[in-house]
Amino acid sequence: MLLKIEKRSEYSKAMVYLTPIIALALTVLASILLFELLGVNPIEALYQFFVAPLDTQYEFSELFVKATPLILCAIGLSLGFRANVWNIGAEGQLTMGAIVGSSLFIYFPETDSIFLLPAMIIMAAIGGAAWAAIPAFFKTRFNANEILTSLMLVYVALLFLSVLIHGPWRDPAGFNFPESQTFSESADMPILIAGTRMHFGTLLALLAVFGAWIMMARTLIGFQVKVIGEAPRAGGYAGFSQKKIIWLTLLFAGALSGIAGFSEVSGPIDQVVPSISPGYGFTAIIVAFLGRLHPVGIFFASLLMALTYLGGETAQINLGLPVAVTGVFQGMVLFFLLACDVLVHYRFRLNISRKATS
Amino acid sequence: MSGFDWIVPVILTIITAATPLVFAGIGELVTEKSGVLNLGVEGMMLVGAVSGFITALVTGNYFLAVAAAALAGAVMAFLFGVLTLSLMANQVATGLSLTLFGVGLSALMGQEFVGEPVSALGKLDIVGLSDLPFIGPILFAQDALVYLSFVMVALVSWFLYKTKAGLILRAVGDSHNAAHSIGYPVIAIRYLAVMFGGAMSGIGGAYLSLAYTPMWAENMTAGRGWIALALIVFATWKPGLVLVGAYMFGGITILQLHAQAAGLNVPSQILSMLPYLATVLVLVLISKDESRIRKHAPACIGKIFHPAA
Repeated sequence: MLLKIEKRSEYSKAMVYLTPIIALALTVLASILLFELLGVNPIEALYQFFVAPLDTQYEFSELFVKATPLILCAIGLSLGFRANVWNIGAEGQLTMGAIVGSSLFIYFPETDSIFLLPAMIIMAAIGGAAWAAIPAFFKTRFNANEILTSLMLVYVALLFLSVLIHGPWRDPAGFNFPESQTFSESADMPILIAGTRMHFGTLLALLAVFGAWIMMARTLIGFQVKVIGEAPRAGGYAGFSQKKIIWLTLLFAGALSGIAGFSEVSGPIDQVVPSISPGYGFTAIIVAFLGRLHPVGIFFASLLMALTYLGGETAQINLGLPVAVTGVFQGMVLFFLLACDVLVHYRFRLNISRKATS
Repeated sequence: MSGFDWIVPVILTIITAATPLVFAGIGELVTEKSGVLNLGVEGMMLVGAVSGFITALVTGNYFLAVAAAALAGAVMAFLFGVLTLSLMANQVATGLSLTLFGVGLSALMGQEFVGEPVSALGKLDIVGLSDLPFIGPILFAQDALVYLSFVMVALVSWFLYKTKAGLILRAVGDSHNAAHSIGYPVIAIRYLAVMFGGAMSGIGGAYLSLAYTPMWAENMTAGRGWIALALIVFATWKPGLVLVGAYMFGGITILQLHAQAAGLNVPSQILSMLPYLATVLVLVLISKDESRIRKHAPACIGKIFHPAA
């Protein structure tokens, strides 16, 4: 081969920050091609995707509404990914959190107390964490692959939600629609800025960013997570328990995803419906990687992915583009990012010494 | 006699439910035997399903449709190969991204075709034999892909354990450094294994959109790609057991349909959970015996190969 890939003696710090930008540039190039194929003017499409959704203050606030569940899920997942714990079931944990959190209101709709909402948020965290505890238990006790178990539980959680909402949780006054009654004021997430849908959940997400940052940079737990992920043997010799880290990262991710799910039903949706999330739990995987598994990076990556959701909607309305473009776009970002990551650990070099073989 | 009339239709539906899993499972088995873990099965199946469906709708030629599905799956797998084999990206993350990308891409491709019907893949009808009672409809009146799935299992089994090429492939999966130092092209072999896996996943997907439910719907694989991955652990990387496992899962999938028909008073969603719960249960039971997994799993699975120059 003319090009030779050579391992760097030390990974390139510059590339860690540059690759997400290179990946985005490549995604934009690839999507120009995609738009051409779909017969849409690429400049117009890119404008609708990335600029038009930010036109007004309201739309700008929507960015945070969409980013909130992404941040919460991705922060949780990133801790696991750092420790080589591959929890990909955030969507299920999100759903269970929403269910368990909402149950308080569904069964006690008359409650009018300032403690109702905090209690529901805590229940949501417990619900999500409990759902994540299943793969954690199976992994630590029976060595069962957490990728597969956590994903299977996504389907179970979604079906469970469907059972509830088509059965006992259906609003009796709701003309038989599969929807719960709408949340009362004391069960609603408070709105942060009047006239927008930006809610208290966004603050919780920012708190999660800050908390995770402190935890990873300043605490022994954060250090253990990193060591177990990068050098499990060294972690073992240092007396760090791999099982403890598996439990910890899964429970943490479950709790945050649970809060994410609940903040959706109690915030923008305002009732329990059969489909709570357009795949936030899966998009969060992309967000976590795009943010380099770093809390601050995740914050910005979430805003970007939130923009693709909004852009997808705008492009659908104004250009008649299919919504699925958003998914393709998100998939491409991760794909290019992983491809570019080769630059972090390796460098390309022209293979000059190679003799001609004819 | 009439009391057992239900047996034949039940077996027939189990076969159709199991066949996609057989294809995806046997393909991924070869990929994993070469030391590569491709978690993109679900995405490759979906792209295969939509490509096969569109081709069938446009040309009406099912042979072309299946070929298109295999090609689409192989192209997806090739992308995975570029990232993980040439650019040495993390296989778990890349596999996930392949699935996410495949979900989006298939939805985009199939956008205009949702709800359009195609006629189901034709059943073969072996004159004389298919009229036999009981075994006739089961053994001699299936569609071509069902027979192909069995042929593929036999072929893969023969290839892996009876041919030199199969031995080399297994060697690459068990010790890429040793295979490399003897002079085998590790990366090239893995590319082929990965693309074979993709092609099989593509056909598995096409079976869903052409035979199981002859139509296209977004995300119609509903986790079967992941179940196929679990099947391989269940089968401890043995081709014959992949077949057994696929029929077991096919049986569980069908159980829900028949339980409903039998008037079982349980919400249908609870029954729909069964295949997923069964997958978790099976994984737990099999993985418990760590030494057994370690003995059978390809030693280099998921590891990046970078020849020390």
